[in-house]
Amino acid sequence: MSNKTAAKSSTSKKEMSKLQWTWKEMKKNKTAYFMLAPFMILFFTFTVWPVILSIVLSFTDFNMLEMPNFLFLDNYIRLFLDDDIFMLAAQNTLIFACITGPVSYILSLLIAWFINELGPKLRSVVTLVFYAPSISGSVYLVWQTLFSSDSYGWVNGTLLNLGLIDDAVLWFQDADYVMGLCIVVALWTSLGTAFLSFIAGLQNVPRHLYEAGAVDGVKNRWQEFWYITLPYMRPQLMFGAVLSITQSFGFGAIVTALCGFPSVDYAAHTIMHHLDDYGGQRYEMGYASAIAVILFVVMIGANTLIKKGLSKIGQ
Amino acid sequence: MAKLRTRKHKVVLSRGAGGDFGINLFLVLMGTFMFLPMYYVIAQSLKPLDELWMFPPRFYVESPTLSNFGDLFTLMSENYVPFSRYIFNTVFISVTGTFGNLLLSSMAAYSLAKLVFPGRKFFFELVVKSLMFHQTVTAIANFLTMSNLRWLDTYYSIIIPAFCTSMGLYLMKQFMETGVSNEVLESARLDGASEFKTFWVIAMPMVKPAWLTLMIESFKGLWNAGSSIYIYSEQLKTFNYAINQIVTGGIARAGVGAAATVIMMIVPITVFIICQSNVIETMGSSGMKD
Repeated sequence: MSNKTAAKSSTSKKEMSKLQWTWKEMKKNKTAYFMLAPFMILFFTFTVWPVILSIVLSFTDFNMLEMPNFLFLDNYIRLFLDDDIFMLAAQNTLIFACITGPVSYILSLLIAWFINELGPKLRSVVTLVFYAPSISGSVYLVWQTLFSSDSYGWVNGTLLNLGLIDDAVLWFQDADYVMGLCIVVALWTSLGTAFLSFIAGLQNVPRHLYEAGAVDGVKNRWQEFWYITLPYMRPQLMFGAVLSITQSFGFGAIVTALCGFPSVDYAAHTIMHHLDDYGGQRYEMGYASAIAVILFVVMIGANTLIKKGLSKIGQ
Repeated sequence: MAKLRTRKHKVVLSRGAGGDFGINLFLVLMGTFMFLPMYYVIAQSLKPLDELWMFPPRFYVESPTLSNFGDLFTLMSENYVPFSRYIFNTVFISVTGTFGNLLLSSMAAYSLAKLVFPGRKFFFELVVKSLMFHQTVTAIANFLTMSNLRWLDTYYSIIIPAFCTSMGLYLMKQFMETGVSNEVLESARLDGASEFKTFWVIAMPMVKPAWLTLMIESFKGLWNAGSSIYIYSEQLKTFNYAINQIVTGGIARAGVGAAATVIMMIVPITVFIICQSNVIETMGSSGMKD
């Protein structure tokens, strides 16, 4: 059906304007739109529209009670010049994202690569061991038990027992430790969908490529990885990068669960928390929207940059 | 050129012993790091009270008991919202949300992957773009939308947005592109099947790995949904929320908290074990063209 219609429309295309042709094609493919519609209506309502609405609201002082006033850039100016906690949050977010993003990405890739040569049975067990923390919900709260602030926490207990410390350390209440600990826990939960995608990508590299490589003088596994594997699985690398970046900006819930909100001295306060503070608690929707817009721009920017970088692999 | 290693006329890939050792060591260390906390939760949940209060804390259990699980149910039934209600909420949200997501995403994915019409590139591009930002960005505006729809504090506010995950559509569309052959669809159409029937009867059974993957992706998100800014009523809150309340209750509840966490994690892990090979198969086509 589609072939026939395509042929027919290409002959009549010359006689019609582009607009008319498009309209005709659209009518012909009614079913396609019909099938796409339920998803797209919801998608526009809950994903596209919020972005537009946030941008619009970020220029106002909307607070859900009064008629909003147009402020133009005041919210942004306030964020960058008057809001010390925002600057702290931005800094923390960047540190958090710049560590968890790349580290979790590289770990996913390396581990996927290392387990690729295991037998199928062993491989699926190992995959589960690495993947499980990311799907097990709030199991990360166990870190709170491990690093509990009294001597019944495993870490304190062990350190006390060995005589390395004299008093129990208040791990998650100490501004010196919270950030580092949260990063470790975030990494612990971060081997998710990207990791699975890498495993699959590696399994899809045809073996004859490696054999051809060996004939062509690839000397060891590292060269093999660099010259054959990586270029071949570039689409997966791309997909994984997008997920890792998005994920690295979304660890707010873990931080809140572990350190409480607000965290001690705002030591682990991130933009996500700031957003929640103004949007979810103070109902300063205009200001919160400005925060959301900044977060949005940063994430899209990071993705665009990384995508450009990755497209150079193997060229 | 390096000397080519062959065994029984097959090329043997070069694997240095040092590298093997290093890699295995790395895997063992990382695996321990990943596994120990998981193991610790399970151990804690099986410890009787006196072992929980032992100093220094131990990683193994001397006399495992299920009493923590019993205590969990007693504790929760004393709550003014019964334990079963939290479980019902989570199960209800997870099942309906996942099912709706599966239906809507595969329908849209079929349309984007297998039908040619003006705008298909645009729609797909939009979905890919939306993978690039985290949902926190949309939370504020969605709060307003929910409020306008009068969906605040209802199941709708959680379930309906879960119907349209970009990840679900993306994975499904990528898999359909390679996993469903156009010839088969064409012959079904020639036999007079409607487009919807072709999708439902021919294409859907061919992408079983993808819908298992989509189900697990969607399910894990919903199952693990904690507190939400859209829900105020205690009666509508989820199991995960209730568990967080218990676990953060401190040492007095350490055993019960661990028991709750174990119940919470056992479900997605079991689902994953069952679907693992299908998930990996789907991920094979997850790559992103630049």
